[in-house]
Amino acid sequence: MDYSIRIGGEAGQGIQTVGDTLSRVFARTGYHVFTHQDYESRIRGGHNFYQIRVADRPLSAARSRLDILVAFDLASMDNDAAFVAEQGRIIYDSAVLKQKFDGPTFRDVPFTALAVEHGGSRIMANTVAIGAVLGLLGMEMDILLRIISDTFQKKGEEVIKANISAAAAGYDFAVKDCGGCSFSMAARAEQKLLIAGIDAIGVGAVASDCKFYAAYPMTPSTGIMNYLAGKAQQYGIVVEQAEDEIAAINMALGASYAGVRAMTASSGGGFALMVEGLSLAAMTETPIVIGLGQRPGPATGFPTRTEQGELQFALYTAHGEFPRIIFAPGDPEQAMNLTNKAFDLSEKYQVPAFVIFDTYLADTQWTHAGLDLDKLVYTDYRLRADALNGLSEYKRHAYTDTGVSPMAVPGESRHVVVTDSDEHDEDGHIVEDAETRKKMVGKRLLKKMPLIQKEIEPPFFYGDAVADIVLVGWGSTYGVIKEAVYELSDRQKIAMLHFSQIFPFPGRDAFDYLALLGNAKKAICIEQNATGQFARLMRAETGFEFAAWINRYDGRPFTVEELVGELHVQIG
Amino acid sequence: MSRLDDYKGQTPAWCPGCGNFSILKTFKDTVVELGLEPHQFTIVSGIGQAAKFPHYLKCNTFNGLHGRTLPVATGIRLANHEMPVFAVAGDGDCYGEGGNHLIHTMRKNPNIKLFVHDNQVYGLTKGQASPTTQEGTVTKNLPFGVFSEQLNPMALAVALDCSFVARSFSGDQDHLKSMVKAAIDHKGFCLVDILQPCVSFNKINTHEWYKQRVYHLEPEYDPTDRVKAFERSLQWGDRIPIGIIYRNSRLSLEERIPIIHDMPLVKQSPDINKLGDLLKEFY
Ligand SMILES: Cc1ncc(C[n+]2csc(CCOP(=O)(O)OP(=O)(O)O)c2C)c(N)n1
Ligand code: SF4
Repeated sequence: MDYSIRIGGEAGQGIQTVGDTLSRVFARTGYHVFTHQDYESRIRGGHNFYQIRVADRPLSAARSRLDILVAFDLASMDNDAAFVAEQGRIIYDSAVLKQKFDGPTFRDVPFTALAVEHGGSRIMANTVAIGAVLGLLGMEMDILLRIISDTFQKKGEEVIKANISAAAAGYDFAVKDCGGCSFSMAARAEQKLLIAGIDAIGVGAVASDCKFYAAYPMTPSTGIMNYLAGKAQQYGIVVEQAEDEIAAINMALGASYAGVRAMTASSGGGFALMVEGLSLAAMTETPIVIGLGQRPGPATGFPTRTEQGELQFALYTAHGEFPRIIFAPGDPEQAMNLTNKAFDLSEKYQVPAFVIFDTYLADTQWTHAGLDLDKLVYTDYRLRADALNGLSEYKRHAYTDTGVSPMAVPGESRHVVVTDSDEHDEDGHIVEDAETRKKMVGKRLLKKMPLIQKEIEPPFFYGDAVADIVLVGWGSTYGVIKEAVYELSDRQKIAMLHFSQIFPFPGRDAFDYLALLGNAKKAICIEQNATGQFARLMRAETGFEFAAWINRYDGRPFTVEELVGELHVQIG
Repeated sequence: MSRLDDYKGQTPAWCPGCGNFSILKTFKDTVVELGLEPHQFTIVSGIGQAAKFPHYLKCNTFNGLHGRTLPVATGIRLANHEMPVFAVAGDGDCYGEGGNHLIHTMRKNPNIKLFVHDNQVYGLTKGQASPTTQEGTVTKNLPFGVFSEQLNPMALAVALDCSFVARSFSGDQDHLKSMVKAAIDHKGFCLVDILQPCVSFNKINTHEWYKQRVYHLEPEYDPTDRVKAFERSLQWGDRIPIGIIYRNSRLSLEERIPIIHDMPLVKQSPDINKLGDLLKEFY
């Protein structure tokens, strides 16, 4: 089984609640789930959808073909109905849409009337719809009932009861109405964890002991701020909404200098303002983790849509030469792990580290069998009171073999901690002489780079070990490329290479990925941008030139069918 | 106890006769008198002549970017609110490039003491107009004179209900010392605007010019009366008041954050045992 369910409607109609609840029911029942959303930059009206794919095998992308469409508005009929499979169903409430639709796919379910009759209020129309979907699918109601009880616990027994009746009404109506339905859900397995990319970044930050987060709201990075604010009390995190992105990064640097792990995040437009601070982090060797949530630009672009247009921006932005670390996770599990690695390496080497994502990864929810927090690392690399008191002398920017100077926490001993955005000596004081400048560049940049490079893992490989066709991607296209390889593997010798640890560019000692590419008949670089930013980086770092590209830059992510379609054009 | 010797820093690169020297000396004398030791506080600064200040004495220092002093200082305070944090800036640095940060830091009210060396000119970049330059002043790059209204930092601060608003003069070391002390004693964000002659570029607001005009606020002046304070803050020209123009007792930002009530953030060590709960909500 492999079903796709789309809930379409206007902003403000609660399609998010319906989608979230259904996907939680599926994940708790033990199915594999993948969800994504499509929404406009407005709070009410317009046309949005929430799409859930549920299956009995691991999923990592959305499909175009729909099995169930819940249509809360007429635009769903115009835009989405065409994707519904012949055996599929479109459920809608003719009283709300003020129109009747004929044909075996259409099912008129009186969401509102049932809500009023069984729940006592029209607000519960969404609950009726949730029940109806479960009824169509022939699933049991027990998990939904538990979720309803948990959700409305604070609102009291009455509300819980009313919602349960509303859900049951929708369920019963659909069961009776769905005589010819062909849906069947396979046996249950163990319940799964369902998490969105943005929350996984948040989990990674909390688990890495991020104690300070400053940011200014901007889609799609705002979710990190919301997540961490929700954890502030329990985990001791100060979350500060700064007056602008310039302030945000400078506050985070102040907190980091003072001795705590700090992070900021924004999208391209906000990050543009942070660029000056990025350079400051580099010169003062202050650790910082920067989340960069890409959305289509330039300028304000498509505020709620997706693109991988800022790799080159993250790579080359800011003045002067300095080392930086760039990770671009492909799924929530990588997002959590790489956020942790960003915190670790940023502090270990005292350099800025990026976690680049995009709207698509931020919003998509994935099921994982579980996430392993035990694999995360935590080492405090700072010199605190005990270590410091033993030193007769301390210099914040002392020359060392590794280029990494001991980083003291100010106020913890009699030693003072001095740093400067100007070129400085080992003590941190302003200098003008050529000799010190040369030594400092050697320390900050040249010595550290090769050490950081050694920490970078090779790209992820999946598919045929002697592949004719190799698909290459980075960041959030991981899932859809993987599914395309899976889909084409019975006809082609095909494989994928996915880069999530992007800079410093991975070495080839552990895995000679260039040999793999060299031996293939065709290597295709797939990116969600117009200019092939990763392909250019790859050529600059390795000399490898792609002969073929697939670039999408309309603000929408690839579905499996769409990518496979593009691949057919390229490989026949 | 600290001694003046403990505060010996680099040799200043300021012009001979610059008002910055007396501010530096007064500051050092004050912290020694207060018994503060160099490692017990942090000075944050940006870029400009004034911003080089922390290099010329010894203490924890974050010398950051032009205009960005206050956000860095805020981050430090929130991470470790047991550490006194001073911010030192020029008028261009703080009222020009950093204007937005100043406004919002006054609103947030972290317990930071900001000392602005207000020479009414850009010193380090050689004499351009600053926000506090008198309207009409001709500079190399403004041959028709400054068109913009002169910024009044005192009135701005009173309007924003800044927690502590004072003015002093580098030529009156006793007064300056009393203002530095009062700021250190005050809980909340303190703006101390220090009139400081720039002997190289400001030919209007000279030492003599100030000497003839500044006067001490009379002892019966009540700095907690905001409307009166606004009136005084507008006084500029023939007579320029120095002293605490306005103060209130708003809660500081740090006091409002429950997470750091009992212990500064920097002392809170991670609790691995709590992490187990982190994934529960995703099932
Ligand atoms: C982002 C940025 N813009 C401009 C400059 C150049 N700059 C250095 S100091 C300065 C003005 C300094 O004036 P002020 O803050 O009044 O300090 P003063 O030198 O008079 O003490 C400027 C514009 C800079 N360093 N960084
Ligand atoms: S330029 Fe002006 S402010 Fe700067 S050091 Fe010289 S006299 Fe002082």
